[in-house]
Amino acid sequence: METPANIETAPEVEPVQQRKVTFWTSLHRNKIAMLAFWFLIVLHVIVFIGPLVWSYTPTEMTTTGPLANWSWAHPFGTDDLGRDVFARMLHGGRITLLVGLAAMLFSLLIGTIIGACAGFFGKVVESILMRVTEAMMAIPNFFFVLVALTVLGTSPMMVIIVIACSGWMEVARVVYGETLKWKEYEFVEAANAAGAKPLRILIKYIIPQVLPSIIVSGTLMIAWAILTESAISYLGLGIQPPTPTWGNMLQNAQQYLWTAPVLGILPGAAITLIVLAYNFLGDGLRDALDPKFVKK
Amino acid sequence: MLSEDKRQQEPLVEVKHLKKYFEVKESGGVKRKKKVIKAVNDVSLTIYQGETLGLVGESGCGKSTLGRNILRLQEPTDGEVIFHDQDILTYNKKQLRQIRNKMQIIYQDPFGSLNPRFTIGQSISEMFKIHGLYTPKEREERTKELLELVGLDPNRYHSYPHEFSGGQRQRVGIARALALNPEFIVADEPVSALDVSVQSQIINLLMKLKKDFGLTLLFIAHGLNVVRHISDRVGVMYLGKLVEISETDNIFDSPAHPYTAALLSTVPDPNPEKRRERIVLEGEVPSPASPPSGCSFRTRCPLATERCKQVVPELQEVRSGHFVSCHYPLAKGQTLLDAIKEKQTSKV
Repeated sequence: METPANIETAPEVEPVQQRKVTFWTSLHRNKIAMLAFWFLIVLHVIVFIGPLVWSYTPTEMTTTGPLANWSWAHPFGTDDLGRDVFARMLHGGRITLLVGLAAMLFSLLIGTIIGACAGFFGKVVESILMRVTEAMMAIPNFFFVLVALTVLGTSPMMVIIVIACSGWMEVARVVYGETLKWKEYEFVEAANAAGAKPLRILIKYIIPQVLPSIIVSGTLMIAWAILTESAISYLGLGIQPPTPTWGNMLQNAQQYLWTAPVLGILPGAAITLIVLAYNFLGDGLRDALDPKFVKK
Repeated sequence: MLSEDKRQQEPLVEVKHLKKYFEVKESGGVKRKKKVIKAVNDVSLTIYQGETLGLVGESGCGKSTLGRNILRLQEPTDGEVIFHDQDILTYNKKQLRQIRNKMQIIYQDPFGSLNPRFTIGQSISEMFKIHGLYTPKEREERTKELLELVGLDPNRYHSYPHEFSGGQRQRVGIARALALNPEFIVADEPVSALDVSVQSQIINLLMKLKKDFGLTLLFIAHGLNVVRHISDRVGVMYLGKLVEISETDNIFDSPAHPYTAALLSTVPDPNPEKRRERIVLEGEVPSPASPPSGCSFRTRCPLATERCKQVVPELQEVRSGHFVSCHYPLAKGQTLLDAIKEKQTSKV
């Protein structure tokens, strides 16, 4: 104990490892997430490129006639007005996915800023922001969307904004709670002790810790946004026909459920699969973003 | 360990009447009562340039709070902290950020003190970035030098904290604290979370770095034996108050405060032949929300009298450089048992 202070290299040093496990390599190890990822890639490519290639437009009435079975000319057949269902699926998917994605990003942005600021700055900022969040949460979500769209109109941009504005509260609460937790950590205090500015601490030290939760919220949000968009389109308040979305295609299909079930099955299955795939991918992303979660 | 000229040295940090009170709301009822917890209750001490001041006390006695308040990581309720002849408690946020590089902290928890999403290289070079120092390449070089300095393999620059053991992480924490060439470091129980074998390595490392860089250390610990090895002077805290402060040898050889004496009697001695009387303090530490009147230690003190109930003892110099806040300080060479016996006989 009284030996003079001499330091040897720490005996606990493990063999040199220059391993830098990136986020992609660890995502690759998750088979379901990768399956979902490629499914989504393929689906997005088809939906966004397809309409440029496919010769029929979603609104033109073809000469084949209504409710035709599948053929090479119309892989998914035609609908009640003789329109090509494949073209309608492509265009409808484009709008549905765009609305879901944009609404998700927008609501993540609002939720993250509000939640992080409330948690990090505390005091008056916290009281105001969190009371607003709770007030918003008290309003039934779906009615908010219905009323807002009735008043504000149903352009795609408006649908995105309204869905985002009705869904950010969950994100804000999650981010708020996580921020409260992480700001107490000593590495945050250490950054403060080093003289870092509050905004730097928030962006470089706290937000990255919250990111996995934000991503998980994002997957739930996009699934929820797609479902909400489909639901309001189904009710006829969303994007208006003749512009197709998977939601208003479903609405249209219910009259022919027994005669042409494929008209309902196709958009329904598309919505289900997309929502599922986003959830699986979200799980995979969450694990891949956590540096502790490295599978051998 | 300490030369006589120590006290003629320049004081680096002077803490004057520092108070840190926490308000705690009591749960239940319509009218909520507010309780005030005096975590640090009027502490004054001086830390001289180039010395290591050990600070000991039971958990919850306010020693960590004191350390954080000196660095102004928490806002003190009242008092002064003089650093380089300026009261840093009067600094605004911008001024404070500018002197942050001169005073650093090493944490107890080697898990929570490093950003889990930064590689250790990023964690350390971030210190330079915050102060806008060097080019990216220079930053990496400096960081690798620092890693080598604390006994880590610089090739592990890109490793994440969870790939390291507790002791190694503590070394990273030390490297980070050293990055900005500080003058003053608060080490907040830096070895409490480590194995005994690793503890001595880290302490030796700290002692070497202190010597090489001319650092001034405030070394906080809850065990006296750890502090003895590294400190020039030792302060003992009890319930938010500094009860005794003196040079290390004085504290260990002839403690003057009954609390210190009782603490010392519990330190195990490697010599089994040596007969020692262990003094076990009775009762628990009183809640800092309702401290006893008079001397805060009187509820557990074997020497307590009526006077201890009435009068709060002030910190006073009983021997040269030896400050105690007690009405009945032990004389040099007097043990606590002697004092207890003396008290009993005088009663009869």
